[in-house]
Amino acid sequence: METKNIMIVGVGGQGSLLASKLLGHLLLEQGYDVKVSEVHGMSQRGGSVVTYVRYGDCVNSPVIDKGEADFIVSFELLEAARWLSYLKPDGQIVASTQQIDPMPVITGAAAYPENLVEKMRGAGANVDALDCLALAEQAGSSKAVNIVLMGRLSRYFDFPEEAWEKSLEAMVPAKFLELNRKAFALGKSA
Amino acid sequence: MKKLMLGNAAVARGLYEAGCAVASSYPGTPSTEITEEAAKYEEIYCEWAPNEKVAMETAFGASLAGKRSFCGMKHVGLNVAADPLFTVSYTGVNAGMVVAVADDAGMHSSQNEQDSRHYARSAKLPMLEPSDSAEARAFAMEAYEISEAFDCPVLLKMCTRIAHSQSVVETGERVEPPAKPYEKNIAKYVMMPGNAIRRHPVVEERMRKLAEFAETSDLNRTEPGREKSTGIITSSACYQYVKEACGDRFPILKLGMVWPLPEKKIRAFAASVDSLTVVEELDGFIETFCRELGLECVGKEKFPLLGEYSQNVVAEKLGLPARNGKALEDAIPPRPPVMCAGCPHRGLFYTLNKLKCTVLGDIGCYTLGAVAPLSAMEMTLCMGASVSAIHGFNKALGAESEHKTVAVIGDSTFMHSGMTGLANIAYNQSNSTAIILDNSITGMTGHQQNPTTGYNIKGDPAGKIDLESLCRAMGFRRVRVVDPYDLAETEKAVKEELAADEPSVIISRRPCALLKYVKHKPPLKVNAETCVGCKSCMKIGCPAISVKGGKARVDNTLCVGCGVCSQLCKFGAFEETGKGA
Repeated sequence: METKNIMIVGVGGQGSLLASKLLGHLLLEQGYDVKVSEVHGMSQRGGSVVTYVRYGDCVNSPVIDKGEADFIVSFELLEAARWLSYLKPDGQIVASTQQIDPMPVITGAAAYPENLVEKMRGAGANVDALDCLALAEQAGSSKAVNIVLMGRLSRYFDFPEEAWEKSLEAMVPAKFLELNRKAFALGKSA
Repeated sequence: MKKLMLGNAAVARGLYEAGCAVASSYPGTPSTEITEEAAKYEEIYCEWAPNEKVAMETAFGASLAGKRSFCGMKHVGLNVAADPLFTVSYTGVNAGMVVAVADDAGMHSSQNEQDSRHYARSAKLPMLEPSDSAEARAFAMEAYEISEAFDCPVLLKMCTRIAHSQSVVETGERVEPPAKPYEKNIAKYVMMPGNAIRRHPVVEERMRKLAEFAETSDLNRTEPGREKSTGIITSSACYQYVKEACGDRFPILKLGMVWPLPEKKIRAFAASVDSLTVVEELDGFIETFCRELGLECVGKEKFPLLGEYSQNVVAEKLGLPARNGKALEDAIPPRPPVMCAGCPHRGLFYTLNKLKCTVLGDIGCYTLGAVAPLSAMEMTLCMGASVSAIHGFNKALGAESEHKTVAVIGDSTFMHSGMTGLANIAYNQSNSTAIILDNSITGMTGHQQNPTTGYNIKGDPAGKIDLESLCRAMGFRRVRVVDPYDLAETEKAVKEELAADEPSVIISRRPCALLKYVKHKPPLKVNAETCVGCKSCMKIGCPAISVKGGKARVDNTLCVGCGVCSQLCKFGAFEETGKGA
């Protein structure tokens, strides 16, 4: 199988590391070779962060390059737009509609572009956008946006429900499992 | 067992399985997780040392005593540890000693992008370079074998993409290495001139033998290709980019040992192809070696000296089709890292900016004090340089600068190499003001303990150095502690210490807002009736505050109620909500 590429993009501190861990576990359990590349350190401090998840028969490069991503999972709209050129021509964006102003927008040095979902669609991207923050809060915690997004992403894969469930159990602390199950289900069915 | 492991965790696994007993490191992105993960194995004694030099000397001591040892650091950390490194090369080791050094091409979290391979060449030591997590584990183990077989420390070179990528690792069991009791050997271990002069030829002979080993070791392997027009020599992450871009199109000489390099293997490889291309990030290290052998090759005249490579970079430079995607026409505003909401450094940098101080800075989260709108840092060089440089600055300018210039340095950075600079101020008497930003943790690398926190790497109680007593013992009479959340108190302290005619230390103390034990106040909210939209609160660059429709607004998912903004508001528009987010 040719290597498939999933990019997870967002703002430092939004919980993208747990999403990539969950995907890594799931894909390894499904028998694929997997590579997950993360960003640590300075750039995590509220900066733009990107995680690369790649799987297939034999994965070489740990990173995803322009025009290669089958999926971009985005925690924040501006970040989806920032990484759009990494999407394949027929690629799928799964996006939380949350908007977080970066410092240049907060200080007035730059403007947050409007109608990003429509513009990305206009550029040919398939965009599945939903208010993951509201769904996460409905599940019990604003921190569960990552799992809401994973639930949404699961719609695009043929993996059995139990496989996702098993990875969720493996990666989430027991006391938050129920909350995250709910978040996953809400993301999937919304 | 097959597991998905971070490259750094795989190194730690290799240390564990190879029977490493002592690990001493200083945290530094992208190397930190090696030692954090190693600390999870009961069999390895692990610690955070105050700096890399101390860590390396500690690891050497353990090796001398007969236990396999380790120290890990980022590329610039090896500059700090270079002194012991060059002479451990002469003494050699007793039990195996491995030194991991992690480069940061692309400078994700560093002040430069130096290439650590030059250290292997100049210190005359072997260096291994893994290209995924499985190799990271295997090479860490092999490094101990090489270390003991050739009587030298072995450098294990990581880079950001190998250190911070997870890939599949097959783990094994720990094997306790045979005992290597310590034996007194003055001629080998006391490096005074008379002894060292006899050790140098041993070093040169060792390099010759290591070069022979490099010819036969399967660390360096040739992979066949369909076309002989180009042969590619590569290593580390670049090997993966080449495989991604070319598959099995061109023959590859994949180097797992990047110093010493295998002359015969390289010559034979070059002879088997029409032309030679070297693909390596940063400097043309392998390329230079090939040219020294008189081999024509394509290298840095085509491939960048700067930043990280990728499959597209390699494809493009090899003249192969590279993919691309569509971008939006809109300008996408950048999202640089920022000081977190509630960061205790914010109040101090606001004050320094307000007082128009000249601020000589240092390495840590607080380097973000240089970013607008705080813009309150004018120099950052390396660990500890703030305290040393202010002394030189004030010696050069005297009264002109000493009443408006401050050095700022974090608690961990101060322990690392700020103390010696402070000793210079105390000894050579410049009227300097040093501010220690004590947030009770090593913040930027992800919350590691240090000698001022009172806890060790496992979170257990440990020795705790008292900063006030330390500064007083050095001879500072003016040492005062302020809470940077209290702007009035902070401003008063900075003004008074700058005005004083003797050196002083201000300790700006409040724990990092991200520490789990820190209890936050409920988020604030803006009263739209009283807010006049003057934007005074925007001067602190808090990511939780924005102005929309002429009124300030607080993001209650980010705000931790630190109250710095409300001290700036003349209209009392920030109000307590009394409830959490």
